[in-house]
Amino acid sequence: MTETSNQENSAAGGRPSTVELLRAWDAKAVAEVVEYRGETTVVVPRELLRATAMRCRDEMQFNLLTDATCLDRHPFEPRFEVVYQLVATARPEKLRLKVKLFGKDAVLDSLVPVWPGANWLEREIYDLFGIHFNEHPDLRRIVLPDDWEGHPLRRDYPVEGFRDLPVMPLGFTKTSI
Amino acid sequence: MTTVETAVGTAKTMVLNMGPQHPSTHGVLRILLELDGETVVKAVPDCGYLHTGIEKSCEDKTYSQAITLTDRMDYLNPLGNNLVYCMAVEKLLDLEVPKRAQYIRVMMVELQRISSHLVWLGTHAIDLGAMTVFLYCFREREEILKIFEMFAGQRMMTSYIRIGGVALQPPAGWRQAIDKFLKYMPSRVDEYETLLTENRIWMGRTKNVGYISAEDAIALSMTGPTLRAAGVAYDNRKLFPYSSYEEFDFDVPTRTDSDCFGRYMIRVAEMRESLKIVRQAMNKITDEGAVKTDAPGIVPPQREKMKTEMEALIYHFKIFTEGFSPPAGEAFVTVESPRGELGCFIASDGSPKPLRCHFRSPSFINLQAWPKLVQGQLISDVIACIGTIDIVLGEVDR
Repeated sequence: MTETSNQENSAAGGRPSTVELLRAWDAKAVAEVVEYRGETTVVVPRELLRATAMRCRDEMQFNLLTDATCLDRHPFEPRFEVVYQLVATARPEKLRLKVKLFGKDAVLDSLVPVWPGANWLEREIYDLFGIHFNEHPDLRRIVLPDDWEGHPLRRDYPVEGFRDLPVMPLGFTKTSI
Repeated sequence: MTTVETAVGTAKTMVLNMGPQHPSTHGVLRILLELDGETVVKAVPDCGYLHTGIEKSCEDKTYSQAITLTDRMDYLNPLGNNLVYCMAVEKLLDLEVPKRAQYIRVMMVELQRISSHLVWLGTHAIDLGAMTVFLYCFREREEILKIFEMFAGQRMMTSYIRIGGVALQPPAGWRQAIDKFLKYMPSRVDEYETLLTENRIWMGRTKNVGYISAEDAIALSMTGPTLRAAGVAYDNRKLFPYSSYEEFDFDVPTRTDSDCFGRYMIRVAEMRESLKIVRQAMNKITDEGAVKTDAPGIVPPQREKMKTEMEALIYHFKIFTEGFSPPAGEAFVTVESPRGELGCFIASDGSPKPLRCHFRSPSFINLQAWPKLVQGQLISDVIACIGTIDIVLGEVDR
């Protein structure tokens, strides 16, 4: 297996890079490309995420979805960035897909139909960031209790939580905490 | 915690709740089993009992402060967690680590892999009724922990790997200690194999139990020994070499049987490969040389310099009060932990604290595929199946 990155391959006249292949397939799917420290990030419009993921899996051998997470840029908008990390195990190559979402409309299509492994990863994002995934088979909280209020990994959720506890520990009043 | 409504008993089936304190789950995991007689129709794991919000805490700490938190995720692989976190920060900073420190990192992480596999083997065997192996495995693990104590002053939560290198120079007499360990360890691995590999009870409990196909394993994002036992040679150390792994000569064992027995054989073979890597790393580490990169403002200065140089004192003060600010950007780094692909995703907004610090924990994602393993198995095999994917609940819930 070669370890040359896809850019070098492309420059040498070999296989075109993944970004080029995606652009050739649908120019709208590649809204933005970020190259940083040797990692490629493709920003995909929300409507085209599932189709792009399908394309990556079927035509570009990105068979393993290794991670999915989210980051919150509050108070800037679009505040949420949902990130999917893909690996083509045969080449080997890594790619990051990213979708930007506005706080008022934090909904996107689930990737469970493409990679079943996205199930728990998206549940975790839903649990901790409150992002809704369309057509997710089992969108429940995963690490927090069902009756938890709020989504703790949002930047506007304080690190120590909200201080007015529903049930005060014995001997404590609200003013003493 | 989360109520599981998916497992609904019909007239024919019953629902059994296992845990969250079942001894064989090695942590706090609740499982709902839908049973038809003794056969598992459906299994639903319910996690989150050990959720400590490590990722949220990381956002409130400077980059160097968060290292101690990473130790506590996967408590059988603290050095690997340190490594992935430090490598992600180093990538953000574009920081080069001295070769000597890279080799020390490799040596320590491989020793950690052996100790983690030993805990796995011992506890997995005790779950299936083989008491002796547990005692043998913990005897050798103790020796590895003594080596860690020698290097870092701590047995488990070492925080030995730091941003820009490792915390301390190797201690006096480290070569003898590791050499002694490397001399007797291969025969000890043989000893475990004599006890288990051809043991009829062991084979009966593990062969053809918990099968998963390579396609299913990849689709469910499984990594590590579980995926390699299904025949996919996916190992980050070979495919995306880090910390100078490309200079080491080792094999990635794979099998095709993909059952509990296959995964056992893979881990035993990995212990032997790790011993090879430790030996090579030990020979590569020179007696003299730096273990930290020279990066003022990021790596704390030496104590002696602080007493004599004003700049060193200023840098020291700034690192521990304000921290350092990597340029805005994102980095995703993966390493091969004993359980699979361990990843760290850090996003920086140019401030001294990370905007987001996420860990791709192999236990969490492998546990997701676990219901596939137990489907159609007997209830006694459920225990074998939990043991065989080697989950650490601290890492599942973070």
